[in-house]
Amino acid sequence: MSNLYGQFSALHQLREKAPVFVAVLFAITAWASACNLLLPEDSFFHVSTFTITLLGKYLCYALLAMAVDVVWGYCGILSLGHGAFFALGGYAMGMYLMRQIGDRGVYGNPLLPDFMVFLNWEALPWYWQGFDQFWFAMLMVLLVPGLLAFAFGWLAFRSRVAGVYLSIITQALTYALMLAFFRNEMGFGGNNGLTDFKDILGFDLQADGTRVALFVATALVLAAAYCASQLILGSKFGRVILAVRDAEARARFVGYRTETYKVWLFVYSAVLAGIAGALYVPQVGIINPGEFSPLNSIEIVVWVAVGGRGTLYGAVVGALLVNYAKTRFTGIMPEAWLFALGALFVAVTLFLPRGLTGLVMERLPRREKLKEVAA
Amino acid sequence: MKAYWYGIAALCLALWWPAAVAQGETAADVRAIAAELSGASLPKMPGILERLEAAGGEQVVPLARALLEGDLYVLEASDALVIGRSTGGDGFALEDPLDGTALGEYTKADLKKLRVNNRVRVQLRGMLARLTLLAKDPAVRERAVRNMLERPDADSVQLLRDAVVNESNAGVAELQWLVIALYDIEHSEDPSVRLQALGHLDGRVEPEVRNALQALLAEGADTPPQLRRQAQTMLSALESKIAFYEFLETLFFGLSLGSVLLLIATGLAITFGVMGVINMAHGELIMLGAYTTYVVQLLMPDHIGLSILVAIPAAFIVSALVGVLIERGVIRFLHGRPLETLLATFGISLVLQQAVRTIFSPLNRQVSTPDWMSGSLEFNAVFSLTYNRLYVLLFAIAVFVVLQLILKKTPLGLQVRAVSQNRSMARSLGIRTEWVDAMTFGLGSGIAGLAGVALSQLTNVGPNLGQAYIIDSFMVVVFGGVGNLWGTLVGGFTLGVANKFLEPATGAVLAKILVLVFIILFIQKWPRGLFPQKGRAAE
Repeated sequence: MSNLYGQFSALHQLREKAPVFVAVLFAITAWASACNLLLPEDSFFHVSTFTITLLGKYLCYALLAMAVDVVWGYCGILSLGHGAFFALGGYAMGMYLMRQIGDRGVYGNPLLPDFMVFLNWEALPWYWQGFDQFWFAMLMVLLVPGLLAFAFGWLAFRSRVAGVYLSIITQALTYALMLAFFRNEMGFGGNNGLTDFKDILGFDLQADGTRVALFVATALVLAAAYCASQLILGSKFGRVILAVRDAEARARFVGYRTETYKVWLFVYSAVLAGIAGALYVPQVGIINPGEFSPLNSIEIVVWVAVGGRGTLYGAVVGALLVNYAKTRFTGIMPEAWLFALGALFVAVTLFLPRGLTGLVMERLPRREKLKEVAA
Repeated sequence: MKAYWYGIAALCLALWWPAAVAQGETAADVRAIAAELSGASLPKMPGILERLEAAGGEQVVPLARALLEGDLYVLEASDALVIGRSTGGDGFALEDPLDGTALGEYTKADLKKLRVNNRVRVQLRGMLARLTLLAKDPAVRERAVRNMLERPDADSVQLLRDAVVNESNAGVAELQWLVIALYDIEHSEDPSVRLQALGHLDGRVEPEVRNALQALLAEGADTPPQLRRQAQTMLSALESKIAFYEFLETLFFGLSLGSVLLLIATGLAITFGVMGVINMAHGELIMLGAYTTYVVQLLMPDHIGLSILVAIPAAFIVSALVGVLIERGVIRFLHGRPLETLLATFGISLVLQQAVRTIFSPLNRQVSTPDWMSGSLEFNAVFSLTYNRLYVLLFAIAVFVVLQLILKKTPLGLQVRAVSQNRSMARSLGIRTEWVDAMTFGLGSGIAGLAGVALSQLTNVGPNLGQAYIIDSFMVVVFGGVGNLWGTLVGGFTLGVANKFLEPATGAVLAKILVLVFIILFIQKWPRGLFPQKGRAAE
């Protein structure tokens, strides 16, 4: 019995699955960083800062995809609005970076960001207070998406909104936020969003060192999030979550308050998405309401579907692959990208219900089994 | 009728007597005077124009109008006076200012524009008013009088006072009295004249009337109290009247938006109700319908009026076929996996959008509105209903009724309802559910095509056409519930009207957000919408 429990225990899962993932991630990160910083620019193995930033961006997407996988793959909640949490985290970070510009903006106003001066605002709105402090901004990166997810999840799950209804409502949520953030009166830079950032924690954002540091930080956070998610999903809490996914009514009848479990998982996932957004903004250098667009949110779901849901690492692989393809495709033939993406949606749902990693993993255990038999 | 013409003739004679006697002008003389304009300096212009007005009468209206609008040019080569209409780019189509004969095309370099100053502009406006006030066509007269509403001047009002006695058209006469009254209220010293003038304002809702009343009330203390009281009563009556018409107008816009949402959401609701899948490509099927309308118009450019009627079945068929293809090609393999269906159909929507972008270009296409759908049904100065919105509203209701009949009275409808209530039971009773699925999806998609035809008459036709309304339509389905189509009807109109009534208070964007928030809260209490599906099918 103890053996059986051990096989399912969180630590066991972590010990089994995390090392490979973390090792691969760290190896790539260390290699890319070293090739950027140590090798001269004309060396064949030199990795350009552009590539580093691109990789950093992909890792942010990977974290975001993992956030979606946590709710979709493990709990069956298909959120078409995770872009909203991502963007909110991004905006919180963007607000910090805006405040760091200080009087170096075009208008040279020490307190107000450029767009507020442009709109003839007299004073900083109350919700911009405190964002000059890094710790406060980071707190908001966690709190704002978390609170929104809590309020939304509490309302939605309590009244047992599920399935496609829930998906549609989450889409409406991000759509509403997009409309709201497009308004200049909201005080988040309207159409243009927040941009022209100068530095973070005193380090120049354009410098190679800062870029590499942000990239490494993203990789570390991704690894930490992976381990944390494995721990959570491997724990008793995670078992209930799986039960909810497979038979919610039954789990409820057994006596679990399924909505509570769902809400907390949703909040956790939203916080992950928010962190991804916060890491994304300093690397990309801009955050605008376009991030809230429903198309973005649904693209995340495709990354997860392509990689294979319910595995966490699948989401990461999917995010990396699809975004790499997107970068290549939009570079070579921009017209074809939407065709390719659309075809990908259909092909994956029809032919690869378990995603690419599912396809690969189906073969692996068989070999292991053969070994067992041979032994 | 005869008396009418005599009246007009006598009036013309009476008014133009001095001019007519003095010169007995011929067309050649008018042309000669007009020619003087080509070299005239600005201070000389008013004199020339006066003579032109006296000599030419109605004949010089196009010239005066062109001069006022900056379309009058001098052809450098021959020094002739011409009206130039831009044909895009540097080209100008020229015509003679007096008899309107076409003079061919020239470029900008061949022309010199005749410039006018404000003084000449004022004179031209007065001149045009005088010339048109006495035109034979009552419609021209009415337009002329209406143009005077804003700022009646002493001369034209004097002209009106003479004209109104002989005016035979009741509508025009009423308008003429209104202008005279407005002038009197503003300028007359005699309180009794002003009081009488107020009487003419009764029942009118033109914005100028309100301005006049407000101006009167804003006057100093020497205005007689009786006049003030009268004006006050009239103003409050007027304002409540205007408020009422504004309410009606907002209601109409709300119903119009609601009709669009209804058209879009019925298609969604049918497929969702029967198959439990959300078709994310629904917006693109709408877009296909709109593009079908565009193509039909390209094919029959000489019969725009007819093309819409042809486009309706064409769009239905095109969208329905694509819908059936989607169902047969993708959706049936994903049976019982609604979330995957949602993703797959979203992929299809991306492909369709990009296909349209590649075929028709990403730019918006112009779909013309047939004559019988343009213009508006005017009730008075502040309340009119545009025909295109009116027709779309009627069309949406017609589609709804036909759909209800199909569902309630045909064998297909019976099977559709059976499958939506209990799929496996229907199946075991011998209904070919696969076939019903395909037909339902085709029907829902066809209705999306119809929505596309309707939308092409209201907005621009572009690859993103479907996206604009689709989320709102999802909200209609969520709000109305999928149990029966009445929910969609009520939901569509409720959301449309709510949106339009919130808009003036909060702005368009905030109104949309508020409605979304309301729906999120609404499904707390009624998770399955206004008209939920009953029975076993519900879970």
